[in-house]
Amino acid sequence: MKSLGSIRRSFAPWADPASKPFISFKNVTKKFGDFTAVDDLSLNIYTREFFALLGASGCGKSTLLRMLAGFEQPTSGEIILDGQNLAGIPPYRRPVNMMFQSYALFPHMTVESNIAFGLKQDGMPKADIAERVAQMLKLVKLEKFAKRKPHQLSGGQRQRVALARSLAKRPKVLLLDEPLGALDKKLREETQFELMDLQQQLGLTFVIVTHDQEEAMTMADRIAVMSYGKVIQVATPAEIYEAPNSRFVADFIGDVNIFDGTVATAEDGRVRVETAGGVPIRMASSEKLSTGARAAVAIRPEKIRVTRQAPQHAPLNAAEGEIWDIGYLGDMTVFHIRLKDGKVVKASSLNAVRAVEDPLGYDQQVWVSFGEDAGVVLKD
Amino acid sequence: MAKWSRFNIVSVVLGFGFLYLPIVLLVIFSFNESKLVTVWAGFSTRWYAQLWHNQSLLDAAWVTIRVALLSATCATVLGTLAALALVRYTRFRGRVLFSGMVYAPLVMPEVITGLSLLLLFVAVGLDRGFWTITLAHITFTMCFVAVVVQSRLLSFDQSIEEAALDLGATPVRTFFAITLPVIAPAVFSGWVLAFTLSLDDLVISSFTTGPGATTLPMKIYSQVRLGVTPEINAICTILIGVVALGVLVASIVTKRRELQRERDERAAFAAIG
Repeated sequence: MKSLGSIRRSFAPWADPASKPFISFKNVTKKFGDFTAVDDLSLNIYTREFFALLGASGCGKSTLLRMLAGFEQPTSGEIILDGQNLAGIPPYRRPVNMMFQSYALFPHMTVESNIAFGLKQDGMPKADIAERVAQMLKLVKLEKFAKRKPHQLSGGQRQRVALARSLAKRPKVLLLDEPLGALDKKLREETQFELMDLQQQLGLTFVIVTHDQEEAMTMADRIAVMSYGKVIQVATPAEIYEAPNSRFVADFIGDVNIFDGTVATAEDGRVRVETAGGVPIRMASSEKLSTGARAAVAIRPEKIRVTRQAPQHAPLNAAEGEIWDIGYLGDMTVFHIRLKDGKVVKASSLNAVRAVEDPLGYDQQVWVSFGEDAGVVLKD
Repeated sequence: MAKWSRFNIVSVVLGFGFLYLPIVLLVIFSFNESKLVTVWAGFSTRWYAQLWHNQSLLDAAWVTIRVALLSATCATVLGTLAALALVRYTRFRGRVLFSGMVYAPLVMPEVITGLSLLLLFVAVGLDRGFWTITLAHITFTMCFVAVVVQSRLLSFDQSIEEAALDLGATPVRTFFAITLPVIAPAVFSGWVLAFTLSLDDLVISSFTTGPGATTLPMKIYSQVRLGVTPEINAICTILIGVVALGVLVASIVTKRRELQRERDERAAFAAIG
């Protein structure tokens, strides 16, 4: 049996009806005056899950995280953590810790005291604190910097201190608010994998807020795509990418070509859509669609083939056009192909070999085509 | 560096002369041997020595220092609290009015502040003396503290307080373990400012004083009316020294804080770049 995406997941408690959620948002609404930041939102997060809240700025993802940490109270609805209703519990009594976007290190304390701060609040014996701090410093590889103040550290090192500090108390849940936003690209990519390893190693539940889709796709077990205070889709990265449930998600994650049209026939799990540009499309789809209904077909650029000759199935799932723009990115090449009706289709191909005989060039007449399982049909 | 033009030299000399000539004269004549204030008769420190035998002047100095210490400390506590409220709780009702009212004493003529305080003390039947002066000084110096602390709080990253709460510190512990240590330099410069303002206040003290509580500026003022003596010059020179020291300390603290921040920023940029 085929499954979406290219990875196999053994961890999927959300698919098991017997597993109980660890964190539950139940009809949570948060209003700031007239502005509704979070709108009647329900969401379940499971133990040991790496969960990402993804959305543009102002979509309510940070507010959701701050409600979990206790810095904001929901206007209505409830948040359950490990069977406990969090309503009215102040941040300093919640079994969660947060890593802040600005890192929020205490500037007047050394790295050591920063990490020890939370443990001191719990009244842990001095010897145990010292041991735990040493352990944390080792975990984030900052043993040599224990006596430094935050301003004597680089951005990457500060990020590690913040991480160590938020992990020191062994919280049930670690909240990460754009944890890698201040790092440069290379360091960010390295840190992403380190965070994943750390989460595996410690067996904690991570909830991360990010606006960076690559970050969410790389790290998370599941992603909640948010917009205007609502969750649009909650699914694994592969499902989000390969089977978006709406035009918004298809468009928000990655690049996509959207063909608008009307349903001509829908039977046996196949849908035929007559598009506005005159390209007849036949797509495998389990959506229940009625003839004549408006629909859109979303196809990712890498699933579109570019050929000189017309494919055998033409004119079905194929269209003629001319190469308009070429972007060479190294690992792959992106083509913008202008169809006869003026629509521009994006197609990308992996540069699996170093040299190509007779490569495609600008202004060349080509055919774009795709298979019957290349895209998804979205209801309008 | 650009060369000093003649025009620049003249304007600098004029400016500083205008500001400091009277003070320089006063300091010079405090070391005058002669009893006559305007006639130079050689260097001497006899007037400083004589100060130690002038009991009423010493009493006044002692009162002044006690008032200044006590009022500066109280004003620092109150001013810091006011600044915190103004910066943190930006959405409470009447915030604009409140902040306006905190700053009004900055521009209020001292005569009016003094008079209104006097009326208040009389109305509530408070015996005028040391305590009324102290109260009055707290009133007019606390807004200066509030201004200094508020400007620091505006650049304060509030997420470090949230981080402390998140790590299990109660709000009270967060204030004493995190907020206060971070804003301490500003609180300290506020205290020094309040101390020096209290030290040299004449008008408000005169209004709110009572029998037995004479501050140094009041003493000096009343003695001058009987004629300037070299002794007055000497005490004034000491006063100038104390105030100058206070301002110097406050500005060094501020400067160091700025340098610290610059270093932090450089370090941050280095980390990014």
